[in-house]
Amino acid sequence: MSMINYASREINCKIVYYGPGLGGKTTNLEHVYGKVAPDTRGKLISLATETERTLFFDFLPVDLGTIRGFKTRFHLYTVPGQVYYNASRKLILKGVDGIVFVGDSQLERMEANQEAMQNLYDNMAEYGYDLTKMPFVIQYNKRDLPNASPIRDLQAALNPGWEVTESSRMRVTPDAYHAGENLIEQLPTGEWIERAQYFEAVAVSGDGVFDTLKGVSKLVLKSLA
Amino acid sequence: MPVRAASWSFTEDDFRAITTALERFLTDCNARCALLVDRTGQLVATVGERPNFDPTAFATLTAADFSANDQLAKLIGENDFSSLFHQGEKESMYLADIARRVILVVLFDNRTTLGLVRLKMRPTVLQLTELFEQVFTRAARDAGSTPNVLAGADDEIDKLFQ
Repeated sequence: MSMINYASREINCKIVYYGPGLGGKTTNLEHVYGKVAPDTRGKLISLATETERTLFFDFLPVDLGTIRGFKTRFHLYTVPGQVYYNASRKLILKGVDGIVFVGDSQLERMEANQEAMQNLYDNMAEYGYDLTKMPFVIQYNKRDLPNASPIRDLQAALNPGWEVTESSRMRVTPDAYHAGENLIEQLPTGEWIERAQYFEAVAVSGDGVFDTLKGVSKLVLKSLA
Repeated sequence: MPVRAASWSFTEDDFRAITTALERFLTDCNARCALLVDRTGQLVATVGERPNFDPTAFATLTAADFSANDQLAKLIGENDFSSLFHQGEKESMYLADIARRVILVVLFDNRTTLGLVRLKMRPTVLQLTELFEQVFTRAARDAGSTPNVLAGADDEIDKLFQ
């Protein structure tokens, strides 16, 4: 739920990083925290267990610039990856403006990715939010590992596309980040489908972290425009 | 079914009315500082002594605290806990729900008492509830009809992320 504060001239938006346990959600925030200028970010808050697993959430506010005299403040949250903490996961989704699904590219984590994606859809539906109609991007993390699945397999499992029903949207929309691929396209069966924008990343070294953040932030601001 | 969370905004007049109500309340009960936080963790307003902590982090944790307590209330068969009290050795805080969308947090020390804070809080909560309900009704009524501050700003947004 974005909030426009005319008194302080700020637009506040909430972005949640969701995904399976140990997939790199917290690492994404830590990288952003380490790289942005200290005057454009707040404190990184982590509610974690003694073993540094996220218990409730991590939180980082960042300013991404000014539009029309309004400062754009993004509140970045992560959720606990462990299913055990589903109750707190769901709480963090309240009022979300944009979602980043951080998938773990490792072959053996495919099932965990799918479970987390299903859990995201379910939790969003409980709030009455439709994931296919809001700013949503997918990050395939850990691309550097030797056991990383090919992108096409991850896309097929996690981002197969949803049906486009509005005729005004039924036109081929190229993926600006991946040449030769489309976000919206017609299948040979005649059906139009749309996929979420995806990014490849190695969050520990920072590769793809800002592309993902910029990608989702842009979608959030455009959804307000 | 809403496809996403609704936005809301308040004007400078709303802001002035909120601040006036809170300033009066702080004087009446001799508390140090009052913060308004929305349920998603955004800081709406701070009145009174300037807090010497990070208010943004504070707002986020407040919303999480309230949400977690709402769930605890449900587990014991209550709808919610409309107020919460956290007692410290010197500093304490009292939190109250406003219109189910905003949380009022009052920070106070031993210059006042919990009883006085609670007593003076009641009419303030009612007044703020009325005020915020007007803000939310207006937001619901105007949804999609008033020009948004970002309307037509697509090019500027693109530039920001180049």
